Amino acid sequence: MIPLPYFLLLGAAVFCIGLFAALARRNAVAILMGIELMLNAVNINLVAFWRYTKPGTPTWDLAGQIFALFVITLAAAEAAIGLALIIAIYRSRDTVNVEDVDIMKW
Amino acid sequence: MDILNNLFPNIYNALNDFFHGLLRGANLRPDAESFIVSLIMGLIVVVFLVAISPFLMLSLTWVERKVVARIQNRLGPNRVGPWGIFQIFADMIKMLTKEDIVPANADRWVHFLAPVVTMIPITLILAVIPWGRGMAPADLNIGVLYVIALSSLGTVGIFMAGWGSNNKFALIGGMRAVAQIISYEVPQVLAIVAIVLLAGSLSLVDIVKLQGGWAGFRWFLFAIPVGPIAFVVYMISAIAEVNRTPFDLPEGESEIVAGHHTEYSGMKWGLFYMAEYLNLFVVCAIAATLFLGGWQGPLLPPWIWFFVKTLLLILIAMWVRGTFPRIRMDQLMKFAWQVLVPVALVNIVLTGLALPIFKAIGLI
Amino acid sequence: MSIDLVLTYVAFFVLAAITIIGGLLVAFVRNIMHAALALMMAFMGVAGIYLLLEAEFIAAVQVLIYVGAIAVLILFAIMLTRGLMTRTLPPENNQWLAAGGLALLLFVALVYIAVTTHWPVGTQALAGTDLIPKIGTELVTTYVLPFEVASILLLTALIGAIVIARE
Repeated sequence: MIPLPYFLLLGAAVFCIGLFAALARRNAVAILMGIELMLNAVNINLVAFWRYTKPGTPTWDLAGQIFALFVITLAAAEAAIGLALIIAIYRSRDTVNVEDVDIMKW
Repeated sequence: MDILNNLFPNIYNALNDFFHGLLRGANLRPDAESFIVSLIMGLIVVVFLVAISPFLMLSLTWVERKVVARIQNRLGPNRVGPWGIFQIFADMIKMLTKEDIVPANADRWVHFLAPVVTMIPITLILAVIPWGRGMAPADLNIGVLYVIALSSLGTVGIFMAGWGSNNKFALIGGMRAVAQIISYEVPQVLAIVAIVLLAGSLSLVDIVKLQGGWAGFRWFLFAIPVGPIAFVVYMISAIAEVNRTPFDLPEGESEIVAGHHTEYSGMKWGLFYMAEYLNLFVVCAIAATLFLGGWQGPLLPPWIWFFVKTLLLILIAMWVRGTFPRIRMDQLMKFAWQVLVPVALVNIVLTGLALPIFKAIGLI
Repeated sequence: MSIDLVLTYVAFFVLAAITIIGGLLVAFVRNIMHAALALMMAFMGVAGIYLLLEAEFIAAVQVLIYVGAIAVLILFAIMLTRGLMTRTLPPENNQWLAAGGLALLLFVALVYIAVTTHWPVGTQALAGTDLIPKIGTELVTTYVLPFEVASILLLTALIGAIVIARE
């Protein structure tokens, strides 16, 4: 089998790319995409840890996979609300650039 | 009879043995030998499946034109060959030789990739369909989920086509298609859930095997009342999902030219056309597998039973097309969310309640 | 090295490349629509990684939810907020240097941790056990409370999204 760190490195890379996209993009939809990438990276780690904990032993269970399932559920809810917010902002402010949405800032 | 029954598995095994024998002389490591053989056999199966797709699509177009013509009191294609049967080859030559036009302001890459992205998921679904006894190219333990997941990808290609063409009709068609497919996916999946509950398995092969009793007629369709309800909900959503009349708003000629494939020509358009008919075949094949017992049936070879059932469902879809007018967008959405989804949800509850009864009387 | 292992490595590197290239395109491409399509590519790559980890169920759910639902939702949102992509602002804001530095720093730290830690791992095969029924049972026994909370969350999100996005 491939050693575990390979998967962890992939997860780390995807997480950092997502972090960069979430911090640096101007478009609100792109920021949301960055967050989705970060959640995916977390899921890669969860599933990889599940697969590499000793199977067959009494302590071994499906926690990793089920956590990944819950993360996916949360991601779906988050995307729905996030995109609804973006569309609401677009309707009232006519922009999706997060730098233009600053009327609460002083 | 026995030869016909196991025709394809026997051919497969014979070829497998043949390649093993061919490689034995080369004195490879055993794992290398089995790897090469499984690679070759996999390629043969894939080529076979990919090769029957255009054949299926062409014969289905001919059948559809004939059937709809009969319903509308016309003759249909009758010039090329007997009963116009060579019309399909004429159409194919026309499609292959037509000019491939890309609109000037199109998003070139998206426009180019859209037909490919539309075709891939449908072709992938062909790999898990149990075509006959022992004839499922891949028996996955998540078979049903695999089919649902891949058919949800169909929207991506349509979206890309609508956006990449840079044409307002294409864009409207694409938006309509995606809204419609997402809405009808919900009742479709809920209808399938009832059958998964009855079968207790997600594997398509297992689901077919469970319907083997009563001389091959113990279908989930006959698990009254949940089977018929699930079947009707599934078939309506399936017809909507493949964008056929009366749900053909995304490509309604009288409203938005041809919807998402307005700006396509030549073989790229042909791929969309092929995807549409393959999609019809796939949803009917899945319906036959889940509700009508797949390849189960007396006397005839299993794979013939499978094709008979699938063709019957396809003919019903064509009959619907010839009979019903196109509905409006608001009616479409209302029907999905206010009729089909509640019915399917109630059906799941009913299934849960009926399951112990079915088990007690030996129906399942 | 057995052929299976070589193939697993090849599959891993191909899938990792798909995922990372998709992610990089999401972060750097100017055209937001192309970024969304690249995001789909990255999601598909991650689904492949799950298959490699023998988590078929999660892989199918990944394709169904992430690619089939979330990514399509994002495409929809992009279409509804269209007409702003033509502006000639750069896709990244003024903090991009700091953000890039932070991301790089985090990456270096994570790589250090992943490589130097001794992971108490087991690499036994799963021996063809069908885990799907087990996942189902676990969800309604051990994890029944999170499961119900998740369904309430989804309902709330559903209602919330409708209320927020309504005209």
